Amino acid sequence: MNAVRRVNREKLLLQLGAPLLAILAALVITSVILATTGGDPFRAYSVMIEFGFKSDSQIWIINKAIPYFLAAVAVAVGFRMKLFNIGVDGQYRLAAFCAAALGGAVAFPSFIQIPLMILTAMFVGAIWSGIAGLLKATRGVSEVVSTIMLNFIAASLIGYLIQENRLGVVEGNLTHTENIPESGHFFEISTGQEPIGGFVIVAVLVGVVYWLVLNRSRFGFDLRAVGGSHSAAEASGVNVKRMVVSSMLLSGLFAGLVGMPTLLGESHNYGTDFPEGIGFTGIAIALLGRNHPVGMALAALLWGFLERTGTQLEFEGYSQEIIGVMQGVIVFCVVIAYEVVRRYGLKLQQRKVGEELAAEARAKSSNEAGASA
Amino acid sequence: MRPVTKLAAAVTATAALVLTTAACGESSTESGSDKGVGLAFDVGGRDDHSFNESAARGVDKAKEELGVDAKMMTAKNNETEADREQRLTSLANAGYNPVIGVGFSYGKSIAKVAKKFPDTTFGVVDSVAEGKNVDSMLFSEHEGSYLAGVAAAMKTKTDSVGFIGGVDNALIQKFEAGFVQGVKDTNSKIKVRSEYLYPNNDKGFNDPAAAKEKAQGWLDDDVDVIYTAAGQSGAGSIEAIGAKKGTWAIGVDSDQYQQPGLAKYKDSILTSVVKNVDIAVFDLVKSVQDEKPITGEQRYTLKEDGVSLSESGGFLKDIQKDLDKVAKDIADGKVKVSERPSR
Repeated sequence: MNAVRRVNREKLLLQLGAPLLAILAALVITSVILATTGGDPFRAYSVMIEFGFKSDSQIWIINKAIPYFLAAVAVAVGFRMKLFNIGVDGQYRLAAFCAAALGGAVAFPSFIQIPLMILTAMFVGAIWSGIAGLLKATRGVSEVVSTIMLNFIAASLIGYLIQENRLGVVEGNLTHTENIPESGHFFEISTGQEPIGGFVIVAVLVGVVYWLVLNRSRFGFDLRAVGGSHSAAEASGVNVKRMVVSSMLLSGLFAGLVGMPTLLGESHNYGTDFPEGIGFTGIAIALLGRNHPVGMALAALLWGFLERTGTQLEFEGYSQEIIGVMQGVIVFCVVIAYEVVRRYGLKLQQRKVGEELAAEARAKSSNEAGASA
Repeated sequence: MRPVTKLAAAVTATAALVLTTAACGESSTESGSDKGVGLAFDVGGRDDHSFNESAARGVDKAKEELGVDAKMMTAKNNETEADREQRLTSLANAGYNPVIGVGFSYGKSIAKVAKKFPDTTFGVVDSVAEGKNVDSMLFSEHEGSYLAGVAAAMKTKTDSVGFIGGVDNALIQKFEAGFVQGVKDTNSKIKVRSEYLYPNNDKGFNDPAAAKEKAQGWLDDDVDVIYTAAGQSGAGSIEAIGAKKGTWAIGVDSDQYQQPGLAKYKDSILTSVVKNVDIAVFDLVKSVQDEKPITGEQRYTLKEDGVSLSESGGFLKDIQKDLDKVAKDIADGKVKVSERPSR
């Protein structure tokens, strides 16, 4: 019992050690970079903290973090199975585009319109990622390659369809799909200032569903088993090929949601100014959050915080690129720190096992010596 | 922690965060006093040798002649509305007046932020934004590009010229339409290619490598005059053209022959379709200083020198007379230049 508790405490220390180590290293490195580029790092941090915690900044950060979190969840589903879904970007854009085109073409009451659009988006996202899954399962095509290519195909497809006299409407320099009727607007949480997008609730639900599916279901167990070892999973009766397809589908379902906060809450159409690149941000956030829903939520908020305060830093005379550097450094530090801590933990474990075996052997040999004497 | 408690903790944490936001904390929106011009650039930033730089020149002039201060900020790639709104809000908040968004991407965000700061004058280049306190500055790029097309048609030896656009949108299509029409009206036998770097990503204005690659491909295929309307990306195609003797680049927005950053290639820069964003910006700053702010749609056409063809380098001397005649015809309305390409 005591030993179990001690092991748990050690495990906890190790788990806390990694993020702490990462944050410390990231702070040191960015401070050095700031100092060498002629800025005062401490003033920069105080600007960031002061500005980032103002109430309107907090609202901004939460709104910004919602799609980041959803993208991270989509990526994390793949990560848990050692699948690298780089295609979240193309999946969510195509999904949002199709949902926008459909939503602009029909006008149902809210309780049909909104679910219809969300389900369309999830469906399209799943189809797009499912292609990569099928290719991998049937032809052995690496999902890294196929999803990148699918990103380009999605972008071109949207570029083709969004033209005027196809699905697009020209408004000034922008081309966008028909505006979604009022009934397709998502609710907002008013705060007395700028509202918070109601999709924050959906995001929380997605986090819960993700956690339950992966940690509390047969499917999740199989998925993690395949991630651990293909052959071991196969031997224990898991159909690996089917798991590849279904986990890519699941990843795509989540990816389909990424564009929804913007589409239903903000832009109400898919235009040439629709945000791009969130899928790639999602990869960084999933890495940072260690595929854990709470971790990813915190990481998404951190990302929003950095972006919010980055503009302010530029305003205060720092170069705007410093935020990009910080984001990169943080991801690197986290990945490296976890690896270092993991190896250290492994070594610790090996030594302990070694010691125990040695002790056992010693006891045995002394017993034998006693018996022979 | 047990999984269930872990989950509960997560939910509470999120809820707490939402509540703190709603409950407390001072807002960053508190206004200051008059501080000068706030300029928000499009991607590429001040030193894009082109569009943004033209706007920056207007501010520099205002600094010198009117003694106003200025703050300039730059957009990142892959920005969202929220980022642009924040940038404009920061500037307006700190007391900068006027606040100018350089580039059509700012169209929506200017309209939104202008509503919140009724006492500040806003300006937006290349877009029409609603609002009583907004100056929408529009240019007749197609007319300037028409002249460039005429010049290209008269200078080409291979009877093959090209147009590279940064992003395929209504604004850049004006450049294409004018250029192609100018070439065809001068000599209908000349082959004109037009292509865009990106169908709908602003990165097209910030990707010199892509422009260089495209220009290189065309040069290898005997195109000898290339007009690039792509902001900072244009530097890439100019670089490629500079490396091949006897080929010409046509610059855009700023007089690119005069750009120190492009000095190495200046002998290959035939001319530039100059968009006098600086004049528009200066006008607005001055009007705010005089307390008679310009608002509404302002059109800067060829007639009013809003756009023009640069003469530095002197490569156009032999055809200047013809160009002047065409320019006059456009100004008089004898030649109608289309704003949309016929595809």
